[in-house]
Amino acid sequence: MNALCAVSGTTALLAASFVPASFFRFFSTKLLYPICVLLCLFLLAQDVSFLLSGAAPLTLVLPIGLPDIGMRLRLDSLSSFFGIVVNLGGALASFYGIGYGPHDPHHHRARPFIPIFLAAMNLVLMADDAFTFLLGWEGMSLLSWAMVVSNHQEWGNRKAGYIYLLMANFGGLVLLLGFGLLAGHGGHYGFDSIRAMDKPVWMAGLALLLALIGAGSKAGLVPLHVWLPLAHPAAPSNVSALMSGVMTKVAVYGFIRIAFDLLGTPTWWESLIVLLLGGITCVIGVLHAMLQEDLKRLLAYSTVENIGIIFIGLGLAMAFRANGMEAVAALALTAALLHVFNHSLFKSLLFFGAGAVLSGSGERNMDRLGGLIHRMPQTAVAFLIGCVSIAALPPLNGFVSEWLTFQAILLGPQLPWWGLKFAVPVIGCMLALAAALVAACFVKTYGVTFLGRPRTQAAETAHEVDIFSRTTLFILSALCLVAGIVPGFFIEALGPVTQSLVGKSMPAAESLDWFVVVPQSGSLSSYNGLALLLFILISGVVTAWFIHAFASRLTRKTSAWDCGYPAPTPLSQYGGSSFAQPVRRVFGTLLFGARDHVDMPLPGETRPAHFHVSLVDYVWTRLYVPIVQAVRYASAKIEPFQALSIRRYLMFSFFTLIVLLIVVALWH
Amino acid sequence: MALDLLPPIAAQIGQMILVILVAPLLIGVIRKTKARLLCRVGASIFQPYLDLWKLMVKEIVPAHNTSWIYRVAPYVVFSTTWVAAALVPTFATGLMFHGAADLVAIVGLLATARFALALAGMDVGTSFGGLGASREMMISALAEPAMLMVVFTLAMLAHTTHLAAIATFLAHQPIGLQLSLMLVFLTFIAVLLAENGRIPIDNPATHLELTMVHEAMILEYSGRHLAVIEAAAALKLVLYFSVFLCLFAPCGIVTSLESVPAILEGFVLYMAKLLLGGVALAIGETCVAKMRVFRVAEFLGAGLVLGLLAVLLLFASEGVR
Amino acid sequence: MTNLTFDISHFLAGGMLVLSFVILYQDRLSSLLNTFAMQATVLAAAVAWQAQVQHAPHLYVTAVIALVFKAAIIPAALRRIMVKLGIHREIEPVVGVGVTLLAGVGLAALSILLLYPVTADAQAFTREDLAFALAVVLLGLLTMITRHNAISQIIGFMSLENGLVLAATGANGMPLVVEISVAFSILIAFLIFGIFVFRMRERFDTVDIHALDRFRKGRA
Repeated sequence: MNALCAVSGTTALLAASFVPASFFRFFSTKLLYPICVLLCLFLLAQDVSFLLSGAAPLTLVLPIGLPDIGMRLRLDSLSSFFGIVVNLGGALASFYGIGYGPHDPHHHRARPFIPIFLAAMNLVLMADDAFTFLLGWEGMSLLSWAMVVSNHQEWGNRKAGYIYLLMANFGGLVLLLGFGLLAGHGGHYGFDSIRAMDKPVWMAGLALLLALIGAGSKAGLVPLHVWLPLAHPAAPSNVSALMSGVMTKVAVYGFIRIAFDLLGTPTWWESLIVLLLGGITCVIGVLHAMLQEDLKRLLAYSTVENIGIIFIGLGLAMAFRANGMEAVAALALTAALLHVFNHSLFKSLLFFGAGAVLSGSGERNMDRLGGLIHRMPQTAVAFLIGCVSIAALPPLNGFVSEWLTFQAILLGPQLPWWGLKFAVPVIGCMLALAAALVAACFVKTYGVTFLGRPRTQAAETAHEVDIFSRTTLFILSALCLVAGIVPGFFIEALGPVTQSLVGKSMPAAESLDWFVVVPQSGSLSSYNGLALLLFILISGVVTAWFIHAFASRLTRKTSAWDCGYPAPTPLSQYGGSSFAQPVRRVFGTLLFGARDHVDMPLPGETRPAHFHVSLVDYVWTRLYVPIVQAVRYASAKIEPFQALSIRRYLMFSFFTLIVLLIVVALWH
Repeated sequence: MALDLLPPIAAQIGQMILVILVAPLLIGVIRKTKARLLCRVGASIFQPYLDLWKLMVKEIVPAHNTSWIYRVAPYVVFSTTWVAAALVPTFATGLMFHGAADLVAIVGLLATARFALALAGMDVGTSFGGLGASREMMISALAEPAMLMVVFTLAMLAHTTHLAAIATFLAHQPIGLQLSLMLVFLTFIAVLLAENGRIPIDNPATHLELTMVHEAMILEYSGRHLAVIEAAAALKLVLYFSVFLCLFAPCGIVTSLESVPAILEGFVLYMAKLLLGGVALAIGETCVAKMRVFRVAEFLGAGLVLGLLAVLLLFASEGVR
Repeated sequence: MTNLTFDISHFLAGGMLVLSFVILYQDRLSSLLNTFAMQATVLAAAVAWQAQVQHAPHLYVTAVIALVFKAAIIPAALRRIMVKLGIHREIEPVVGVGVTLLAGVGLAALSILLLYPVTADAQAFTREDLAFALAVVLLGLLTMITRHNAISQIIGFMSLENGLVLAATGANGMPLVVEISVAFSILIAFLIFGIFVFRMRERFDTVDIHALDRFRKGRA
């Protein structure tokens, strides 16, 4: 039995478990998650062995679906890589769900959808024709929507679901148009015929833009990101992790499949558009994240930022490929794919951590938390590892992929087009800005949530979470560590993917000593996570030894000095919005129209002072509100036509008929 | 094999010890120079060593609600800064671990140190800790892109981000009169001042509440923890000076570890350049006033724009050549 | 043409561009004026270097005109005006320095993008001089747009003219007559500006040009 049959069969099983899960309560509460874990692990094993074996693509045509097309499935290195991301995330989210489910009162409504959601994502990865692809894509949207509105009593969640559904529909429609364009007159929806077709430049460009809009709206590219920070936090935490860590990656897969595989070599201006969108997305995303106080919404905005980084890598790969620099294109593509993998790890970790905080304390507003490191010590360690990873700090994994992206950016000046020559340093600047702001953002997240003194009763009485949740957190932390310390293995595993897409791969780890990573063979720049970690550990141990051998060991615990102002209440600590104030003032004044309003009572007055920050989301007010207004205006104009007499309707039909007849008469 | 490895290992260990030993001296020289410029006698240039020793033998007084983060952070800060400083060529290139990290990774290591210190500031649960942490992160958010523009310009000239290779390139290749290099020189100085909390960005000698940045974060630290943090801060200054010397005054750097007199000569030259840099910094600090915190954003933003301009001008001159 | 020759002309022309950015950044009137004088000095050096490279002795005259008028007389006169009006220590609130500077970088990139393709067959330093000169002109305009103070607007205008001279010398020089007449028209423009500033101060007690807006609205 070949791997593809195994994968498709397992996917079908996953989808099928929806039926018993929605009818039998026992199956849903006790059996569903273990079954999901097993099936996902099996799929994961298949994908891993396929990717590592470097075998040729497998294809399969099932006799279901549209006539003459059937359902074409294909497993190649790209889909197996994304399969690893999806199924690893799926297995861990299901495992986490075993422990998390009982804490969340609305979880039972979301639970039956999880396996079929995972199956839909697997179907997108395996699809080898446009119909199957869109089937999986729309299924993925619809099922995740169902989970977003699982807690539908809250108005905010219903609104999030509504906006999500609209945006998902829009994205799906745009993708449909793109595939329609690619299918040509003959209507060949199979990917192999699209791949073989000779596409004129305008058509490839237009199809790429449609793919960018369609996949970008799912992935969360600015300005199509508005639904993401509403929808992702609304779902139960393990579903949020799936949506942020995994589903956005399936969207990235869709873009890579169309842009790199189906369309062939791009032109340089297309890559410029992708690059600029990526750069803007990562800066806007992280600035939004910095200003949030809701833990899960902050993480959702940070997903937007990471999608921006991934698209920067993809844009660079396209640019280098357009210029025929395959080795550098492979570097940029590897950076993007490695970031896909890394982000799926640490974003899942952080969402699981946020879920643990939520179930441990019942709060997800950071300004009502604090000091959780004492109450939830194990969660705190895992969450810290997630924060360090996402903040792109060496020697963890986030740094490796950003380092590779920087190396690709530094090779940008070799491109021959002036537009790109100027754009690439600016993009590099944006990426560095975003990286530094992410560090600030996660100092805030961790510092306000886990450190300091508890701000409310809820935080003071928080408790450590169950063993399943903690195990999931530690598995992901370990993976983050491994991916950061020996990135060479992961980069090597990506070799077949880049080989099949751009024709080259990064220098293999075997030919180099000491697990070192170099961007290009012969390049002098290099990074070695393992050596760095060892070096840090050794010097840390030496320092600690020296201090303990020679310094005083006396310790006296007392209350904080704080320049002589003993802080009376824990609320006088820096909270989320006060931590963000310098960044808000420097960047927010321009980008979000941030204004601080202080209402200070006069001396002698007894009313309390008030402080209020107002922010404007310009993407919302300048882009979406006008669209909504236009739609309202149009519908108000059309509305009278709904209430006409039958005579009037007949008259309209009659005149239309006459006009058409005249047109036909003139045509000949 | 073993014989081949010996000089790099010796140079590596030698350098690690050197940077630690020289760091307090540099601080001492800066303080002494500033005192003399203000017509004070000033403490001896060896006073920082005594200060560190004094802190080491005192007890530590942590606040009640501090966690392990507060106790571990000083060691993390120190060891990452030390590793970063060990990876920068000081008087010689060809160190043992030079392949482990390039300039981007060194910037990353310093970011790790800053992350740990900012978390420690938040851990105390006072308003000053948070104030320092949030301002430090805001400043670094602007300083890091500016630093990257410096890296970008140098990488365009030397075609690598590897510090030793850049130093060797700049020391031995004729690069002509490069305006871009002068611009990134200015940008780098702005970054150096910001990252080390020197005037006009921050004042290392102040405990005036509203203007503190770095000092606010470490306000609660005492005893051996404070000694480690102070040593790390001094080390960071040496590191930035060494990077500065590597990039803008690499003449005399030893590229082969064969002959002992050459190494000695390189060493003496390095020490002279380092102390000269310290004096120059002291003079510069005496001449300017500290900025308001939100003026810093404009200052660093201008540094960033200067860096971007350097890249642009380099493109312009390469494009027509 | 040797590398050093090119490097020096790149250095001087690029230096003018950088000084334009400094003008954009400065918020203190007196340092703004100093920067302008420095830019004019660099302009004189750049023109003199072109005279040397192109073997065009009449460009030396241009250099001398730039040095005498723009680097010495006009700044001195402006300083006198500022001292007389008592605004020499004034700090002008500049709106959004960061944005202005970024816009400036965009303009510089735009002028390079614009001029490199159309001057493909010219000499290297000519291409660069033209591109940088256009950037200096645009930055001068940007300075004039973003400032409220009449004095800084004058400086923006003068710096714009510096760019024009740089462009002219880069394109193998313009006839001396044209150069001299341009120099004098600038001088006349400066005189008019100067009188205007004094009159404005007399009438409105400020040199903020918002005052004029109010005046116009009052009339209408």
